[in-house]
Order: sequence, then C-alpha cells, then structure tokens
Amino acid sequence: MLKKKKINVAVTGLNAIDSPGPGVPVIRALRDSKLFDVRIIGLSYESLEPGIYMHNIVDKTYQIPLPSAGKATLLERLKYINSIEKLDVIIPNFDAELFNFIKLVDTLKKELKINVFVPTLEQFEERHKSNLPEFGKKHKIKIPKSKLIFNIKEIPALRSEFTYPVVVKGKFYDASIAYSPEQVATYFNKISAKWGLPVIIQQFLHGQEVNVTAIGDGKGNTIGAVPMRKQYITDKGKAWSGISIDDKNLMNMTRKLIKSTKWRGSMELEIIKTSEGDYYLIEINPRFPAWVYLAVGCGQNHPEALINLAMGGKVEPFKKYDIGKLFVRYSWDMIVNLDEFEKISTLGEL
Amino acid sequence: MKLKKNLALSDSGFVFDPSTGDSFSTNPIGLEIIRMLKEGKTADDIKSQIIKTYMTDDVSFEKDYYDFVNMLSKHNLVEGVEKEKN
Repeated sequence: MLKKKKINVAVTGLNAIDSPGPGVPVIRALRDSKLFDVRIIGLSYESLEPGIYMHNIVDKTYQIPLPSAGKATLLERLKYINSIEKLDVIIPNFDAELFNFIKLVDTLKKELKINVFVPTLEQFEERHKSNLPEFGKKHKIKIPKSKLIFNIKEIPALRSEFTYPVVVKGKFYDASIAYSPEQVATYFNKISAKWGLPVIIQQFLHGQEVNVTAIGDGKGNTIGAVPMRKQYITDKGKAWSGISIDDKNLMNMTRKLIKSTKWRGSMELEIIKTSEGDYYLIEINPRFPAWVYLAVGCGQNHPEALINLAMGGKVEPFKKYDIGKLFVRYSWDMIVNLDEFEKISTLGEL
Repeated sequence: MKLKKNLALSDSGFVFDPSTGDSFSTNPIGLEIIRMLKEGKTADDIKSQIIKTYMTDDVSFEKDYYDFVNMLSKHNLVEGVEKEKN
C-alpha cells in the first residue's frame, strides 16, 4: 500500500455557520485523502468560528489579521505561524482574503517554501461581479444583462433597460430580488452601506439555479468538475442540501471556461438554466464552495487534487463522478470550555 | 413520445431525472407505463397491455394516459424538450 506523505496544511474559512465557509469541508476532504497524511492548521479571523473548536478536524488554530490589514501584516503573521508549524500548503477559502494571498504567492514560495495554488490576479479581477459582462464577452459565455449603479438617482431610469424583477447585488456579497424601483432603492441603501459602491443591477432570469465545483490546473485543463442542483435553500440563499446531476451542457460550459481562462485553482460557478435550455453565468467564486465535500462523495477529491497541484505533483483529470448523490447539511451544538475560548481570544492560538 | 433515456426508475416507483436532479414518485401503474415508454412502446402498445391486465376500457385508459403523459412532459421528463448546447 502506498505510504501517505505527511504534510502540514493551513486552511481558512472555519466559519461552519448558517452561511458557511468552505474550510471544514475542505479539511474533511483532506482527511479522506489517500495520498496525504495531513496536519491541519486552522487560520481564523474570529473567536467563534466553529472549526476552531473541532479538534478532530483542526489540529491547531491561529488567528490571522483581517484582510483590510494588508498583505505585509498577513505575511508577518504567516512567518510566525510557519516558524512553528512548517507549513507545506495554504488553502485560502474566502473571496475577501484572496487578493492578499495572490499577492503573496511568490514571496511565500521563495521565503517560506509554502505553496499556494490560487487564481492569478488577472483571473481574480476579471471575474468580479462588476466585470462579469466583459468577462462574458471575452470568453463567449452568456451573462444576464447587468448594470453598475453608483447613485440612487439612477434607479428610475432602470425601467427603460430592465424588466422587473431585477437582482440587486453587492460587489462582494449579498443579492436581493426587487420587484419595483422602490424595492431597488431599499436594497441599494442596504447593500451599499455594507459593501460599498457600485451596486450591481442584474436582469432576473426565470429558471433553475445549478452550480459547479471545479478545479483547473492553470494550463487550461479541467482537473475535476461536479455539477449540483440545490435541493433545499436557506433564507440566505445557501444550499442546505443538494444533489449531483448529469448535465453535459453544464460540463461543456465549465471545461470551455477553464480552457479559455486557463483557470488556476478551485472555483465555483453559479449558473441559471432557463426553461429554454440556455445557460447564463451569474457568478464565479474563485475558491471551493462550502458544498465541496459532495464532490468527494461523488468520487472526486478536489481539495486533495489542489494540494497535489500546489506541490507540483502530476495530477490526472478525474474522468467520472457519481450522479444522484446528495449532501444534507446539519447543525450541531458543541460544548466548549471557557478556557479554550479564552485562549483563542487572548493569545490568538488554540 | 420518447422519455429521457437516462431516467432512473426504482421498483418502488421513485423516478430520478439525473439531468435536473428532480425526483418524483409514481404509483405501480404509472411505473409500468413509464417502463413501457422507456422501452419505446407506442401508445397503442401500452393501451393493449394495460387493458389486457387491468379492468378498464379504451375511453378511461386514453383519458388517464394522456393526463399522465402531459404530466411527464410538464415535468421535463420527455426527450427533446431541452436543446443541446455548445
């Protein structure tokens, strides 16, 4: 039997909450790996991220500075963590932190010998929600009609360009469906206060939302892809259960997009399939989705493949996946002693 | 009318459409009809089979059959409803 290689992997996104980060499922995938024997170092931002206290999932956790502190502060903290943990790979799992990690890819490799397999800055920037229409044109992919607005005064004129309902989106997170200009104004105020400007107005499309978790090798090859349809959706729009589906058009679209962008690393595609059978890309998340463990259940361990790619291994593309596999998420109350909460809150380590 | 080729049927009457993730349940006669449709049997073949096996007449069969087939079509279980893309 092949002896597993021992490696130390740092993972963010330990917030296994109602709008979950992908950290815990990514770690579960790595713990299932047939190639690697992993020691998991959790990187957290807040003291109540549940993954911090899941000691069968995370071996040790360190707090890291918020993305707004910048890459230099992050690098200093990572140097400290690395001096103790000798990290081999870091898997960032938040959109908001990716910019700093992308900027640090070379430094981390050269100075600390840490591998990070993330999209390039160009890939990261061009798939931003606000850049999506241009992205669609460049890569010949259908995108719903969209417009950026910067001022509430622009709302009345939307009627001439869009048919209600429309989707009002923040530049990073949040999306609400508005059925009237008054509702657009309400969501504009709410979203711009939280995420800043511009706010994106997107034509609402009637159809079925389907999602794909995928991984590209950075040379245009799709290493793996599993499409899923949400079965149960929370009031935050998150999938609480979903099922793997067999949709060749969706797989073709994914492969085409990865080939065209030469995507490097993990991604989640959010797509609307209309009743006419057209596929519209509504979002690209440049990281694993929180439901990535479904891919493992379907026979494609994407986080393991990502580690392999990060460490320069030869990775063969997955050729198949199980169709009709479901994930059903659940919540679980852990009992945590105060001293653990105290340690992570005051020392920044647990 | 052709049913989607890849529909998965179980003996309990559970029908799974792998292309959309939709699932349905049907009663034993519905399952029997779906199986015959999957085998490529025509409406006339199905009618004679059902009338031979169950106590029903032409008119009742046709009414119920076309209701059922319309329902299959409405739920996108029929071949050719979706276009091949790319």
